[in-house]
Amino acid sequence: MSERVAIIGIGFVPLQPATPRHSFKEMVFEAAQIAYADAGISFEEIDSFVTCAEDFNEGISIFDEYTPDQLGCRQKPMHTLTQDGLHGIADALMQIRAGVADIVVVEAHSKASNIITPDWLLDYALDPVYNRPLGFNPHALAALEMNRFMDQTGISASQCAEVVVKNRLNARDNPLAAYPLKTNRRTVDSSPYLCYPLHEEELAKYADGCVVIVVANEATAKKVVNQPVWILGAGFANDSPTIESRCWGYAEYARLAARSAFRQAGIKSVDEIDFFEVDDSYAYKELQHLIALGLYDEPVEAGRAVESGETRCDGKTPVNVSGGALGMGLPLEAHGLYRVVELVLQVRGQAGERQLSRAKIGVAQSWRGVPTTSGALVIVGSEAPRG
Amino acid sequence: MHRALETPKELAWHAANAALASSQLKLKQIDCVVLGTAPDAFDGVHMKSEYLADGCGGWGKPFLRCYVGGGTGVYAVAQACFQIASGMFDTALVVCEEKMSSCQPHPQAAFLTIFDPITEQPLKPNLLWIFALEQTRYMETYGITIEEIARVAVKNKRNALNHPAAQLAAELTVEDVLGSEIMAWPVHRLMVSPTSDGAAAIVIAAEEVARRVSDKPIWIQGIGWSLDSAYWTNRDLAYPEYVEKAAWMAYDMAGVKEPRKEIHFAEPYDPFAYKELHHLEGLQLAPKGQAPRLLADGVFERDGDLPVTPSGGLLGVGNPIAAAGMMKICELFWQMRGEAGKRQLPGKPERGVAQAWGDLMQVGTVVVMGTERPD
Repeated sequence: MSERVAIIGIGFVPLQPATPRHSFKEMVFEAAQIAYADAGISFEEIDSFVTCAEDFNEGISIFDEYTPDQLGCRQKPMHTLTQDGLHGIADALMQIRAGVADIVVVEAHSKASNIITPDWLLDYALDPVYNRPLGFNPHALAALEMNRFMDQTGISASQCAEVVVKNRLNARDNPLAAYPLKTNRRTVDSSPYLCYPLHEEELAKYADGCVVIVVANEATAKKVVNQPVWILGAGFANDSPTIESRCWGYAEYARLAARSAFRQAGIKSVDEIDFFEVDDSYAYKELQHLIALGLYDEPVEAGRAVESGETRCDGKTPVNVSGGALGMGLPLEAHGLYRVVELVLQVRGQAGERQLSRAKIGVAQSWRGVPTTSGALVIVGSEAPRG
Repeated sequence: MHRALETPKELAWHAANAALASSQLKLKQIDCVVLGTAPDAFDGVHMKSEYLADGCGGWGKPFLRCYVGGGTGVYAVAQACFQIASGMFDTALVVCEEKMSSCQPHPQAAFLTIFDPITEQPLKPNLLWIFALEQTRYMETYGITIEEIARVAVKNKRNALNHPAAQLAAELTVEDVLGSEIMAWPVHRLMVSPTSDGAAAIVIAAEEVARRVSDKPIWIQGIGWSLDSAYWTNRDLAYPEYVEKAAWMAYDMAGVKEPRKEIHFAEPYDPFAYKELHHLEGLQLAPKGQAPRLLADGVFERDGDLPVTPSGGLLGVGNPIAAAGMMKICELFWQMRGEAGKRQLPGKPERGVAQAWGDLMQVGTVVVMGTERPD
């Protein structure tokens, strides 16, 4: 674990509800050009590439066929993970620490607007033998879980709605966000139920976009950029995929991923972390994930914290300053990488109007959505990890 | 073979369980799980990795699915290898699973969706056609005859007679192969691997763990992978440069300078008869265009100078995409442990190479394994 690894370049396109004028290849090309320029490297210097993508989301089987050209990795090591972008960052970290590569590029994108019936597609993620024949919309799993979560923690539906208000408001200062909005709790509470107790407004809407991140070992990072953003730790984990036997109400996958990443980073207490970008693809998920990360002594405090403004930009522990998935949009596998983009911009002091006064160590956490229990977590910091 | 009674999860469980038993480790001693499986379209399961997670043992653990099309089976070992070499994990369970029989009436329909949706899908291409193009180019460039290609099918299907999981083992002649139907000239039916259901798994461990739990560990000496352009129509298909790149990445890591001398046996990817020869050239185990001559001379037979595909390969054992690549890794393991039963090669082989290939004739994945710890 002696090898220190840093993010040396980021490239991204703004999230949009639809991108009819661009193919995914064009978006990837654009983000890659920006990332390579940001890192001050040419594509020829890159050793290995990772794309995070799912066949069904792309509408193409064996999607990794279409990954190399626009990234500039013809006849180079390149592989796909059918995971979130944060798994890709963990993958890059492991390749570099193993000495397989010095510079690794991680790419993930979303062309969600091409999916005409996203909820039907999600049906195909249900167990084909035991669950799919029951004919329910997978969002119902989130609603069931939210019910269980509120019952177990004592957090109220209104407190969950506060997450929407906060994140969509935060998104107003983020030029990359697709869904900024000044809204209030009553508007969220009065939006129709998607599945009780989950309101329509509490569901992050899909968006199109692409992020490319350049990760490098210490020697390269120090040589090519002035301000490397160090990866202090990365973790990923699954809970049970079977809905009959999983841990409802508690995000066990997030706890496991955090435990591993915190250990690598040598972080003893979450107080050492300045700000968080966690998955909020359903409003209650932000609270559930913060609880799993160990922010509160009692779960119920998560609800009070969002209500009291503790997790706002100007609060004690800012959460989803970027606007999160609720404010920025949900870009499929690129979800986690947009969280990383925010970490890097904040740590570098390039976050513009939403720049936090204290942003030395940040955490990005992702979840792959219903019906999965798969998540990853990455910690970055402005200072290189201690030996 | 077609395992209609087992769900994909159950297939994965069978393989994972057998690998754990062979390693004498318990699931709780496994630090991370790596899954390899090819298109979701076969099973019709979206986010197939998540569905298969518990069947693979990836419950409450770091788990991910890596994916390079047909090259996945061998690549998954490379993935697990660098995960362990990073120091993040000490042990990994690598599971590859494929269930093609649920794609009715034939998985070929799923393959239509691998082509470029704008420039290629409207032409309704299928895999047999594009591989027929590649085979023709290979034969044309080097003056190779169809009889020379057919010998691969004869050899591999014969080798498979001794494999307990074989689906299409047979004692055939070159005439039998050339007498089978022409699917798309010059590809004959008996030169094509079948569609299959199957799963295979291995356990890999960091050195300290390996030495503690096993007195006969087989070492992963080198890993390599390389992906070529998606624009396969713009490449010269006569020679797989991407396999060469992947092979040298693995050989350099393994300290292999002269592959032809230092590799004792090989398991190249053989979904079509010509592919074995094509890949042997990419793997630097035969000069360009010369693999068919070496095959005719008996070099690649089980008792030859460089035994190739002693397992029976995809042509003989079957082609459950990702699991087929892993089956080749398993064969290297058994041969070097001396556990290959009737398939055992003479002369105690000490170093072997496995290779897989996939996507649009585009990706090469290579793993070098041996009885000696690499430096």
